[in-house]
Amino acid sequence: MIVAAYLLRRLLYAIPILIGVNLITFALFFFVNSPDDMARMQLGQKRVTPEAIQRWKQERGYDKPMLFNAGAKCERPLLGWSALPKLCQEKLTDTIFFEKSASMFWFDFGVAEIDGRDIAREIKLRMGPSLAVTIPVFLIGLLTFITFALILAFFRATYVDFVGVVLCVTAMSISFLFYIIGGQWLISKLWHLVPISGFGYGFDAWRFVVLPVAIAVLGGVGASTRLYRTLFLEEIGKDYVRTARAKGLTDTRVLFRHVLHNGLIPVLTNVVVAIPMLFIGSLVLESFFGIPGLGSYTIEAIRSQDFSVVRAMVFLGAVLYIVGLMLTDISYTLADPRVRLQ
Amino acid sequence: MPFKPIILWTDALVFVLVAVVVASGWYIRRQEHLLAPWRKVVRSRYGMCALVILSVFVAIGLLDSFHYRPRLDARPGEGKTSYAVEVRSAFDALVEPLGRRFEKTYSAPFAAYSYAKETVERPDGTQAREFPRLKFGGAHLQDPAQELVPDVVRRTLGAVGLAAVLWIVLTMLVAAWLAWARHADFSATLSAIIHGETEVPWRAVLLTAGLVLAVAVPLALLSAQYHVLGTDKVGQDVFYEALKSVRTGLVIGTLTTLVMLPLALLLGVMAGYFGGWVDDVIQYVYTTLNAIPGVLLIAAAMLITQAWIDLHPNIFETVSQRADLRLLFLCLILGITSWTGLCRLLRGEALKLRELEYVEAARAFGVSNWRILTRHLAPNVMHIVLITVVMEFSGLVLAEAVLSYVGVGVDPSMISFGTMINSARLELAREPMVWWSLAAAFVFMFLLVLSANLFSDSVRDAFDPRIRSAMSARLRRLWARPV
Repeated sequence: MIVAAYLLRRLLYAIPILIGVNLITFALFFFVNSPDDMARMQLGQKRVTPEAIQRWKQERGYDKPMLFNAGAKCERPLLGWSALPKLCQEKLTDTIFFEKSASMFWFDFGVAEIDGRDIAREIKLRMGPSLAVTIPVFLIGLLTFITFALILAFFRATYVDFVGVVLCVTAMSISFLFYIIGGQWLISKLWHLVPISGFGYGFDAWRFVVLPVAIAVLGGVGASTRLYRTLFLEEIGKDYVRTARAKGLTDTRVLFRHVLHNGLIPVLTNVVVAIPMLFIGSLVLESFFGIPGLGSYTIEAIRSQDFSVVRAMVFLGAVLYIVGLMLTDISYTLADPRVRLQ
Repeated sequence: MPFKPIILWTDALVFVLVAVVVASGWYIRRQEHLLAPWRKVVRSRYGMCALVILSVFVAIGLLDSFHYRPRLDARPGEGKTSYAVEVRSAFDALVEPLGRRFEKTYSAPFAAYSYAKETVERPDGTQAREFPRLKFGGAHLQDPAQELVPDVVRRTLGAVGLAAVLWIVLTMLVAAWLAWARHADFSATLSAIIHGETEVPWRAVLLTAGLVLAVAVPLALLSAQYHVLGTDKVGQDVFYEALKSVRTGLVIGTLTTLVMLPLALLLGVMAGYFGGWVDDVIQYVYTTLNAIPGVLLIAAAMLITQAWIDLHPNIFETVSQRADLRLLFLCLILGITSWTGLCRLLRGEALKLRELEYVEAARAFGVSNWRILTRHLAPNVMHIVLITVVMEFSGLVLAEAVLSYVGVGVDPSMISFGTMINSARLELAREPMVWWSLAAAFVFMFLLVLSANLFSDSVRDAFDPRIRSAMSARLRRLWARPV
């Protein structure tokens, strides 16, 4: 009951944030450059006739007023009030803002400007390949980082720890692009173990997914391991650990039962925010490995300057982030009973 | 004047940054309580070694920030002088022919011949396909097949010798300066340095400096005769490109946090101090900005910026000015996405500070809110600001490369690590393979980021305020970035 009420409040809190995101994207996409400018961009800079611009705008529904359509034909009164004949729904809905921006609230993303495909359908189609990469990266990554961090914490203040930290700092100083380009060159081109890029549906997908997953985990191992190690070491310094050791428990047992349990709380509650974002996919990985997911969709849209797709992805990303924040709050209470939902 | 000085937007901001650093250094020198953590930084071995390498990069970047347009030779009969459209920097002038020695296309490091076969005309009139000689690389050699290796070895040995002499002079200078400053015996000081007994780790610093000299001097001297790191597809010297990329990386790493710093500081401290509706509004603003995935916000904003720049081509006199404006916008937008974390941290700290007695006392004396904010709260959160600025740096340098690859980074005409990698990413798949552009970009970027990481670690350790929330913010960011 409390959780339900809390969730409802968080949901209500999310609405102004989403409205804010919507307004920011609207201002960014329609006020900095007017639809005329965009038409000129898409049709080529020089020698564009006003008619061509008008046609381009008409085909895509950009020929309407931005926020308020004074000349719209009135059929439905606003909010059911027939007392205000001058204000009607059409004056607000028959505008660019309503059709292109506000409509995203009910997940009506419209069609892509370049190829005219339905964006919502594309998103549905491309979610699978994205998840095929991001879910394994998330799970395997979490497991690897925690394991490595525990090992370093176990061997704290020894050469193993020192070398481990040096390796971590080195690994986090290397560009992610290096891991990708180097990995593709070594594994695919030199050793021919897996295809360089592409994607297959069904069980066949593993051949295409295994290298990007391995590279993504490798790319994150330095920074994450080092951070988790610090968290575990902080936990090891606490009083209950000393008590447990004083009671005669072995170092291993203390580390794997007490420290691991308590140290995992901050780790898990903080990675929860990333779970909804897995749907978005990874921009760089997908474009390098030719995986037809949402990440490569976004990159293609950026490269071909398809503003409608980028707009949709920005809004989708914001929605997923807010879902992530809510999951985080819930996970806090689940992990630590002292935190109460108010 | 033989040239017309040009101050690009980012140059101006770089100069402001340098002025701020120098001024705060001057101020901190006289304040013992502010000096104490810096003494700790100065004593850390890794931090100081990293600082040596960083200062080399910073020197290159600063030299590269003085821009000018050389005067063109006036044509007879033309009264007014005109200046070249190409904007050059003091760094270009210093390494003079390096940036202008274009080959036709790829050539390997230390090569005298091109990397691709070409149809050339023999003196006897017949045509043959062979590797042509390079225009500049090894051009002083009569017979490269015989002379190349001995020549390179000879020059390298000479350069290393020169580096050794320079290094010994440097060591003597440091020892003499230390001896003079402490009124100590010169030989005693020198032996203290050699045995690593000085408080500041001079031995480690000098060893690092020696290593830097041993690499940099040969590279610099040999680059006059050879393309030490080869040339890229359009024949540009890769060593030159890598050096030019340093400024772009530094600008993005520093200016990004700098441009949003005043706003983050003001809003964060205000939110924590005032609470109530001020807090609500500021929290709403940064949660909303945070909700948009960073890469997508940057992509959207850069697309818009680029469209705006393309539609207004007349306001820029040169290509560099256009590219520079885009770099500035990139810094601004990256700043907007990274500003929220700092703001949240500062809000938390201000929440704590406003309950302290000295703030309460100030309020009881009737000190105005604005004065409490600026005199009492802001100075006491500065360590958080400093740590954030230093820690963000390496991440931003790495982010630039990824963003340029995605196509929303710096202007394609601006040399940066990202554009280098982006234009070279298919070269490994080429037959025969071209590896030197990628290798140079990655190695230079690695050195810059590694030294920045080590330095920021020692700064954080010295100022260690044990910010728990900073840790969890970093945790969250590690996972929440969609790269």
